[in-house]
Amino acid sequence: MHPAPSVIVFSTISGLGFGLMLFMGLGLPDVSGWVAASFATLALGLAVIGLLASTFHLGNPKNAIYAFSQWKTSWLSREGIMAVLTLGVFFIYAALWAFMDNRIPALGYLAAAMAMITVFTTSMIYAQLKTVPRWNSATTPLLFLLYASAGGALLSNQMTAALVLLGLLAAIQALAWLQGDSALQRSGSTIETATGLGGLGKVRLLEKPHSGENYLLKEMVYVVGRKHAAKLRVLALLGTALVPAMLILLTEVNHTIVGVIMISHLLGLFAQRWLFFAEAEHVVGLYYDAR
Amino acid sequence: MTQLPATTDKKLGLVIDLDTCVGCHACVISCKEWNTGSYGAPLSDVDAYGANPVGTFLNRVHSFEAKQEGCPSQTIHFPKSCLHCDDAPCVTVCPTGASYKRSEDGIVLVNEDQCMGCGLCAWACPYGARELDAMAGVMKKCTLCVDRIYNENIPEEDRVPSCVRTCPAGARHFGDFADPESNVSKLVAERGGMDLMPELGTSPVNKYLPPRPKADVNGTQPPALEAQSTEITGFLGWLDRTLEKI
Amino acid sequence: MTKHHQPKLDTSPVVSDEIRRTTCYMCACRCGINVHMKDGKVKYIEGNKDHPVNKGVLCAKGSAGIMQHYSPSRLRNPMKRVGERGEGKFEDISWEEAFEIATGLLDPIRKNDPKKLAFFTGRDQSQSMTGWWAQNFGTLNYAAHGGFCSVNMAAGGIYTMGGAFWEFGAPDWDRAKLFMIFGVAEDHDSNPIKMGLGKLKANGAKIIGVNPIRSGYNAIADEWVGITPGTDGLFILSLIHELLKAGKVDLDYLIRYTNMPFLVNQVEGSAEYGLMVRDADDNQLVWDRATGKAVPYETKGAKPAMSGMVEVNGVQCRPAFEILAEKYLTDEYTPDAVAERVGISADRIRSIAAEIARVAFEEEITLDIPWTDWKGEKHEKMIGRPVAMHAMRGISAHSNGFQTARALHILQILIGSVEVPGGFRFKPPYPKSVEAHPKPHHTVTPGAPLNGPHLGYPRGPEDLCLDEDGKAKRIDKAFTWENPLSAHGLMHMVISNAHAGDPYKIDTLFMYMANMSWNSSMNTTKVMDMLKDKDEDGNYVIPNIIYSDAYSSEMVAFADLILPDTTYLERHDCISLLDRPICEADGLADSIRWPVVEPDRDVRGFQSVLIELGARLGLPGMVNEDGSAKFKDYADYMVNHERRPGVGPLAGWRGKDQDGKGRGEPNPEQIDRYIENGGFWVDHIEPSNAFYKPWNKGYQEWAVERGIFDKESPYVFTVYQEILQKFRLAAEGHGDIQPPERLREQVKMAMDPLPIWYEPFEQTLVDNEEYPVHALTQRPMAMYHSWGTQNAWLRQIHGTNPMFISGELWAEHGFNEGDWAVVTSTHGTITVPAVRMDALNGKTIWTWNAIGKRKGAWALSKDAPETKKGFLLNHLIHELLPARGDGQRWNNSDPVTGQAAWFDLRVNIKRVDAPADLQSSPDTAPQISPVGQGPKDIAYGKEWT
Repeated sequence: MHPAPSVIVFSTISGLGFGLMLFMGLGLPDVSGWVAASFATLALGLAVIGLLASTFHLGNPKNAIYAFSQWKTSWLSREGIMAVLTLGVFFIYAALWAFMDNRIPALGYLAAAMAMITVFTTSMIYAQLKTVPRWNSATTPLLFLLYASAGGALLSNQMTAALVLLGLLAAIQALAWLQGDSALQRSGSTIETATGLGGLGKVRLLEKPHSGENYLLKEMVYVVGRKHAAKLRVLALLGTALVPAMLILLTEVNHTIVGVIMISHLLGLFAQRWLFFAEAEHVVGLYYDAR
Repeated sequence: MTQLPATTDKKLGLVIDLDTCVGCHACVISCKEWNTGSYGAPLSDVDAYGANPVGTFLNRVHSFEAKQEGCPSQTIHFPKSCLHCDDAPCVTVCPTGASYKRSEDGIVLVNEDQCMGCGLCAWACPYGARELDAMAGVMKKCTLCVDRIYNENIPEEDRVPSCVRTCPAGARHFGDFADPESNVSKLVAERGGMDLMPELGTSPVNKYLPPRPKADVNGTQPPALEAQSTEITGFLGWLDRTLEKI
Repeated sequence: MTKHHQPKLDTSPVVSDEIRRTTCYMCACRCGINVHMKDGKVKYIEGNKDHPVNKGVLCAKGSAGIMQHYSPSRLRNPMKRVGERGEGKFEDISWEEAFEIATGLLDPIRKNDPKKLAFFTGRDQSQSMTGWWAQNFGTLNYAAHGGFCSVNMAAGGIYTMGGAFWEFGAPDWDRAKLFMIFGVAEDHDSNPIKMGLGKLKANGAKIIGVNPIRSGYNAIADEWVGITPGTDGLFILSLIHELLKAGKVDLDYLIRYTNMPFLVNQVEGSAEYGLMVRDADDNQLVWDRATGKAVPYETKGAKPAMSGMVEVNGVQCRPAFEILAEKYLTDEYTPDAVAERVGISADRIRSIAAEIARVAFEEEITLDIPWTDWKGEKHEKMIGRPVAMHAMRGISAHSNGFQTARALHILQILIGSVEVPGGFRFKPPYPKSVEAHPKPHHTVTPGAPLNGPHLGYPRGPEDLCLDEDGKAKRIDKAFTWENPLSAHGLMHMVISNAHAGDPYKIDTLFMYMANMSWNSSMNTTKVMDMLKDKDEDGNYVIPNIIYSDAYSSEMVAFADLILPDTTYLERHDCISLLDRPICEADGLADSIRWPVVEPDRDVRGFQSVLIELGARLGLPGMVNEDGSAKFKDYADYMVNHERRPGVGPLAGWRGKDQDGKGRGEPNPEQIDRYIENGGFWVDHIEPSNAFYKPWNKGYQEWAVERGIFDKESPYVFTVYQEILQKFRLAAEGHGDIQPPERLREQVKMAMDPLPIWYEPFEQTLVDNEEYPVHALTQRPMAMYHSWGTQNAWLRQIHGTNPMFISGELWAEHGFNEGDWAVVTSTHGTITVPAVRMDALNGKTIWTWNAIGKRKGAWALSKDAPETKKGFLLNHLIHELLPARGDGQRWNNSDPVTGQAAWFDLRVNIKRVDAPADLQSSPDTAPQISPVGQGPKDIAYGKEWT
């Protein structure tokens, strides 16, 4: 799949925002007043920036309003609705907390749960796709939830929670890659099933339908070099989990260190998300004899 | 509305005969010229005369080779457009309700007035049947020429999709799969019409007829002719005998 | 929200304001099209259901006509060159100035030495008119593109049975049960072939594809025979061997309808050796077994012998059939003897022969339709042998192509499948024997017309176009000993001969629709150099070049004066019975084009320009007695020109009452009648006249009524062709007209009166170990010549042309995906992208033709894929053969017809990494586009959606 910057930014940044909402919903960090307002603004800002970024991915954003209508069948619609509701609930919760000094825990738990549901709906946009076997797995929602919550833990300075979450994340991520590498093969879809020509022997593409590019190739057939991917995987693991974990364990965490941790985590996150798209093989590639 | 209809009155679709398709691309261009001037936004061509021309096409013809070990290879031309699946994943993923499957005939369409161009339906389609138009920003797909097949302004015999009307070899057939007596249902029954990627559970309406076995790949060869004689004198003897009978 | 909602659609939108029906010109098929017009623009083009050629279907090119019509590459004004040749610098001029320049060049030529004008038209569909113009101008130097296309097929057919494939005839698609298709360029008769294949498939017939490449038609063949290029003739003769050996030939058919029983002079060394024995009245004779006498072949009730030496008037002679049988029954043609060379196992050859025999004789079909032959004999039934064949350039573009084409026709004749149900059927005005065709004419008189049509079919050495010294009279050296039967001329030799001043220098080269500086020439780079070359005085070696084209092609850059043509939707045209019409086996048909859109540029249809030029030059037939123009334009000519009294360019609705078919005086409303009828006219043949046409009394009478002939012209098939033997006798020293010494052996070898196979010339001259690979081109079905590239839709399908390399060679040379190949012939080297193809003859590589473009042409950007990865194979092919060491350079052509031997090419290949800039080589310097570059993006039809 094409690793479009708008979608990478959307899913990572909004994930961090909702992750921070999770912790704030739990009343963490234990702050008040303008500090609470700042954290809330950060959470809302990240979520909103992420959501806005996603609209750059739209060909015809003027019709985006209709995206709230199809919650019965569409995970993308559910995500839109959940995101807006979550922002609303969290805003009320945070405003009461910061400005009225009246943090209502029940409302917080609700916002936290909704934030996680939002992240889950985002993940299901990808996980639901049978056409992308690498995504069509339980690891996809797990990872999205872990990335969001680990990022939220780091942002909310919950370093113990962060350590646990980062550890889980690293393990699940490694598993996802491992499983993902054989997902297309395990899916049973091949150029032979795609064409129905398996009875005639081994099938290969002779000529593409058009000699040049097309939307499908640009959007869904993205080939990454294996060596390149391996390097990025190392970078993603180091950046998101290992470097932050080491810093938490081995240093006196101050504001500078938190900054370094966040930069490391973000860089790793971008690498991870880039790989998440770039490595995902869409079965339409079978018609092009390409991953 | 992105909920699929429980049933459709008709199941309109295409049968594509891979034993007859010569890969001429007639259907590709006929589709393009009809649809660029009718249903919804035109099918644009970006960088049309430049280094990287990329246009929107609703139907494309791939060429494959298939080879068994120790046998000659075969070439198969393979037209591909929307299969108007019964369980169309492209419809249910749509967040805006732009994608829908018609309850009367099963045609899968995009209502461009609601499409926001997110591309998720194209991701959900295993077959590469949907293309986001780069200029209009809306999703384009085969409409089965819904503006031809019922069109009272064109002669009745021409009320078929543009690709079917134009196909020189007659490799494309249009009809109602819900009717077991229809031309398409019969062809599927007789020739073993098949689904593409059945493992994905999309239940495509369009069916493909597989190429018939090739004599040079797995057929038997007729035995050689029996010689009248290997000598010219013998041949002349045969000639005389035969001429007597004429 | 449990209910299913969906928007309301308008399922009956109005399609267009008006449908205008005309004839397609996106390739040479000439299908009928319905052009839907909306708001004055072309909205949609579909096939015309009533049209005899395409019956409603339309190919990719036809549907892409919209993009061709609105192509940014269209020329806009007459232009004169202001830069150097090849640069592409032009100045717009008025039509008046263009005519002044043209008449200024042409008038003195005509008055002093008309042959100094070489007028060659390319993919011209108005040859009866352009030829007539050239004839009245007085130059003998006229031809169209047949010489580099498929003249072997045409001439092989005419000299054997009075017609060939495509315009001449077609398989009986409805009744054939076995169909063999040999090497067909996929633009020749493409829609009818596709429709026919569809019918065969639906009827359960078997299709055998004989072609080194399994693409297109061969992909759907039930059996693919991946023959080695250039060996089709050997394969066919081996099939003939098998059929003869088994006695599976239709003797009755051969006796009745062919010259197989004719007595052939067998007195070795005599000047008549190998010629037919005739009586005092010039009748050809057969040996009547009943009476034991030689009698004229048309004698009613005669029982001709098919073998046995007899003496007639003191001359030893025997039936031609015995000579044929003797020739092909030798071990030379056994499947075992040919298998290795043709690349097909002996068992396969034997089984294919058996299949042909089985279907021909065991699946015989009978139509209960009585008919009468030309001798007056009545037949109750029509007996069909349902084996049909078709072939085109694949077998004809070889130096052995003429004899191969003859072999194929003879194979069909031997099984009795020509002009019978289920077999091959002629389309009127064919069949037409050699005798019914003109001979070549070459007597030039300053200020006066040529003494007859340029092109024709020589009957013997006396018809060659040679001067008293035996030197070629035509600039292309057609009808000389090098290629005596060059019935379509040799357009591919014109530029190199004119450049060399051999046989003489010309003054003006006038061309139409022929991309000779690019894909239509062998040896492209050198041809461009020849066009640009200057003498020591700084003048161009070819002094003047006038060119007419509708588009900014590569050739435009090399012309001095450009006469911009219209698109096919803006013009009048006639697809005339005088030319290469659109008839079907069951009917006579012709058609027109008419301006369904008015030009928005200062351009004019070339034929109208030619008519005005003719009037300005005062050419006979084009001016009235007072010197005024006789025809206003081409449309006026189409209606009012008469080639013979009552016979003109269009056959339908002739005469005062507008009901004349084929004959009748000009009807001023004729074009209106064509337009009303969908742009064509068709007149169907009675079922009793629809088969056995050369011998069918009813057909012959009908043909005379329709003006095809002025008298009935029945004939028998010339399986044994004594005209060829006449040339051979001359080469053996008989007669006054003698070939030059250097050509004697070639003439003796090639002009065999019965088909032979010889190795393609190029491979006899190059080291086959150094150049072990055959290299071919094919035309994609979605593109026509160079035109398709300017088409925004078609160029997306074929914007590049990889070199397809057989799986065998791919493995041998260690290719990997993404690699490029260096391909080298004795003549040149190209470096091009490579793609593996398994369904390909193991020793063969091939590519799509005419995709590669020169930078700056066709209004494309200079980095267009066609100019980067795209390439021409032409750079590897020379119009001359490699040197033989005899001091002579021999044409790379068929020695009988002069057809360019494109497919004889031998090469070697080497794997290389893709170059960093992904630029194929050679990379020709760019030309300046006189029309700029096309728009960036298009969304055609947005005003209607």
